[in-house]
Amino acid sequence: MQLQLTDEQRMLAETVKSLLDKRYDPNTRLELLGSELGFSRELWRQYAELGLLGLTIDERYGGAGMGAAELSVVMEEFGRALVLEPFIATVVLGAQLLSAAGTPEQKSALLPGVAAGETFLALAAAERDARWSRTDIQTTAVQAGDGWALTGEKTAVLGGDVADHVLVTAKLPDGEVGLFIADAAGLRRDSYRQQDGLGAADLLFDSTPAELLGDPVETGTQLEQVVDIAMAMLGWEAVGAMDRMLWLTVDYLKTRVQFGHPIAVFQALQFRAADMYVSLEQGRSMAMMARLALSDDDAAARRRAVQAAKILIDASARHVGQEAVQLHGGIGMTMEYPVGHYLKRTEVIAKTLADGDLLVSELGAAGGLLPPGS
Amino acid sequence: MDIALSKEERAFAEEMRTFFHTQIPAEIRGRGARGEHVGRDEYVTTQQILNQHDLAVPHWPLAWGGKDWTPIQRHLYNDEMLLAHVPPPLAFNVHMVGPVIATFGSEEQKQRFLPPTANLDIWWCQGFSEPNAGSDLASLKTGAVRDGDHYVVNGQKTWTTLAQYADWIFCLVRTDPAAKKQRGISFLLIDMASPGVTVRPIQLIDGGYEVNEVFFDNVLVPADQLVGQENAGWDYAKFLLGNERTNVVAVGQTKSRVMRVKRLAAQTQTNGAPLLEDPLFRARLTRLEVELAAIEMSVLRVLDTEGRLGPGKPDPVSSVLKLKGTELQQQATELLVDVLGAGGTGYRRSGEVPAGFAPLPEGALDAMPTYFNWRKASIYSGSNEVQRTIIAKAILGF
Repeated sequence: MQLQLTDEQRMLAETVKSLLDKRYDPNTRLELLGSELGFSRELWRQYAELGLLGLTIDERYGGAGMGAAELSVVMEEFGRALVLEPFIATVVLGAQLLSAAGTPEQKSALLPGVAAGETFLALAAAERDARWSRTDIQTTAVQAGDGWALTGEKTAVLGGDVADHVLVTAKLPDGEVGLFIADAAGLRRDSYRQQDGLGAADLLFDSTPAELLGDPVETGTQLEQVVDIAMAMLGWEAVGAMDRMLWLTVDYLKTRVQFGHPIAVFQALQFRAADMYVSLEQGRSMAMMARLALSDDDAAARRRAVQAAKILIDASARHVGQEAVQLHGGIGMTMEYPVGHYLKRTEVIAKTLADGDLLVSELGAAGGLLPPGS
Repeated sequence: MDIALSKEERAFAEEMRTFFHTQIPAEIRGRGARGEHVGRDEYVTTQQILNQHDLAVPHWPLAWGGKDWTPIQRHLYNDEMLLAHVPPPLAFNVHMVGPVIATFGSEEQKQRFLPPTANLDIWWCQGFSEPNAGSDLASLKTGAVRDGDHYVVNGQKTWTTLAQYADWIFCLVRTDPAAKKQRGISFLLIDMASPGVTVRPIQLIDGGYEVNEVFFDNVLVPADQLVGQENAGWDYAKFLLGNERTNVVAVGQTKSRVMRVKRLAAQTQTNGAPLLEDPLFRARLTRLEVELAAIEMSVLRVLDTEGRLGPGKPDPVSSVLKLKGTELQQQATELLVDVLGAGGTGYRRSGEVPAGFAPLPEGALDAMPTYFNWRKASIYSGSNEVQRTIIAKAILGF
């Protein structure tokens, strides 16, 4: 059983942590939030220099060729610091899907730019009337000359505000879902910030030129595999965020004096802090399980483990986040204090790719985790 | 939790599964699977079979029948045993008094007690709690006064589980009333057949008699039945309770309960369809399965740390195990009650029905009693409020 990180993975965590400790204090983050771009291009370059943007990209295309375990280490630290750069959109979703589904030409054309910090990607899968379904979609693809033309509207595209290239799901003429890549210059976007401050966009395709990504026979499986990885990575980000919320709360309980005592002496608050710890550690356990499951060859087992992890982590994060704000009292409600920002991020994570109710319903319909007894 | 295991660990689990299914009588395992009462004889038979195969006390020192297993192997052994509905070796023997004697006892005590303890020739019970010493165990008052070669013991223990079956009791007794409360306690082994020992059963809300009061009235205990040093008993008790922390979760037991719930829910019709397919029921069940996977992973984390660093200071994750593990045990018992519905509300002693009546549904006898009985889990072994206090102290640093 390999639960512990390797020395290299620990060093990676340390490197990322030390950069973020220096560069991501709450005030700097607030300034970034208030800036027009909403994140730091300079930090993005530093991530590239540290090899984070090409972490899972094959060495042939300028990456480090590492796996989900390394990525999870970065995500936990990013969650702790509440990083605003479009890492999930470009690296976790975009680069991994391109790596999994793209032809060698497509990969050569784009992945080196991603690893170097010059190219932003995004995945446009969701549509307004389909909630999180990746197959129940209206966007269509028709052949146009050598390529394809896409028509339709995508919503909640994380990183869609800055993406240079967008990976898009669309219905092929035969009704199957295909995966395409489009230059963002050819589409209209309605950009906005999510509740957590991360950039996103709704995208309008109107006979927008696009290239088919890989082989449509394979892309469905590849997309689901990348979604599994991404759900596991969001879990690690949430664990990092929960961890930070707990320790912010603990520090606050120990320093805030009321009725002549630090409020940590009150058992009503102690017990609530203890329950936050339980939720955090249960969440961390599931994040570990999901990380282990990603290397499972059995796609159904992997999916079940990742679903279970997201169900539990989202619920844990809601508990920890709400309690963190409550135990801080009024200060927790303010934009100038960090804790509320963590709650905002974890609530958005819980609505990214799937939510708990959907996953419980899917997992239950698939027979759950345990077999019926004999 | 196959996902977390190496190939060798999976093979080990398989080996254990085969052993339990082939060596433990199907009749005994069947009782467990159907939630029927498992009595003294079944426990003894099972533990003696395990002991014949050197599988009763794998976590003991090698010299006394232990195995050179990793903590993960121990977990898999436990897990597979519970999944196979094998009555586990008596915890009082194998997890409590056995390790204490093996670690702190004299050579004579080891020779005298460890083999029959492993073989369940001696059935032990635990004399810790008293009417006024529950969560605050160190305030216990049962006294032992040294008189020549003997201690004279007077006082009362309570919540003594299965004392009605017990041959011996290991007790915490106060040997120095003047010392600070933790420092005046000793660990004494007492023969239940000694004159002056009286057992009074307590009926619990499930209707059964699982626990007892034990009274000591001028009981003479030979001084060579003191374990370790006089007045050092609190340290031994802490050592003993530390052994409980991963066992108390009993993930395998909760898993097999959930699996039984699934089997019965698939056979139970509601509105023309199996209850298992009812979205609301299935959502509750699924969320429990998810939480159970998380607690199992937490157990593996604690064991993994223990395997690498050795058993050290209890970390607060251990308290998470007790707190969350027992909540999930209780939730599993709730689901079984809910599957039975009105069919589980009868208070019946036997499953017999008069000729012509339909047989009782499986679970009719045990669903509600088990649910009521399992309310104990968040109370014993350091109540869940005590666990929250331990966690709070650890994270708040005072």
